[in-house]
Amino acid sequence: MPETTATTAEDGDAATAPAKRSLGTGPGRLLVTLYGIFTVAAASRSLYQLLAQFDRAPLAYALSAVSAVVYGFITFSLVRGGEGARRAALACCALELLGVLGIGTWTLLDRSAFPDATVWSDYGMGYLFIPVILPVTGLMWLRRARTERPAA
Amino acid sequence: MIDALTIAVAVTALALAAWCGFAAFRDQPTKDWHFIGMALVSVLGLVQLVVAVVQLSRGESPDKGTALFVAYLLGAAACVPATGFMSLSERTRWGSATVAAGAVVLAVLEVRLFDIWGGGSA
Repeated sequence: MPETTATTAEDGDAATAPAKRSLGTGPGRLLVTLYGIFTVAAASRSLYQLLAQFDRAPLAYALSAVSAVVYGFITFSLVRGGEGARRAALACCALELLGVLGIGTWTLLDRSAFPDATVWSDYGMGYLFIPVILPVTGLMWLRRARTERPAA
Repeated sequence: MIDALTIAVAVTALALAAWCGFAAFRDQPTKDWHFIGMALVSVLGLVQLVVAVVQLSRGESPDKGTALFVAYLLGAAACVPATGFMSLSERTRWGSATVAAGAVVLAVLEVRLFDIWGGGSA
């Protein structure tokens, strides 16, 4: 992504800006809510599975835990706001999208590796495909949040 | 679990989702009437929580694990109140959209609760 190199120069400006740019209001509020829900869902799911039945599908449960961490970090970044958080969230949304597409494809190609499902299995089909829609929406929102309110 | 109660929660949640979704579509924030609707759905969710806890304490147990069931139960009870508070501090159409999303999630959780309890045999 080209903007990551372009924005490094305005780090100082962003730090002295009077108010942190808000990522969690307007449409961002809906995103925060959905990411919050997915953090809770993925975290409680993986915690339960890792504690109660780890041996059954260690790979799937470990990947669920990773997705929970990613969701948690994006939620936190959206709530915190500011340019640094925006870029961190942007990177994580890209990671999330890669994760959904990668694991989605992986689960379809090699069923035997996944005796049990992860949040990202079959492109998030068990979660109404929200896992695949959410990062795309997130990326769009985070890019727009920058162009609408450019750094001071 | 009482099937009628599960269905009631799911149906009222979907109605709330449609109502708040319509408000978001018309570019309106949540209003007093919406909050009354949210309160109604939340009360139903709490009643379900209490009923289920009473049933669990009587020794009935869900097919797919008590821990899983209780986790979904708590999530279902918290869903609409949490998104309701979000919409209090977001007085735009997006507050309404947030409540609609929370209500849809609640309806999905009800389906899962039904499955975890043992679908129909309650």
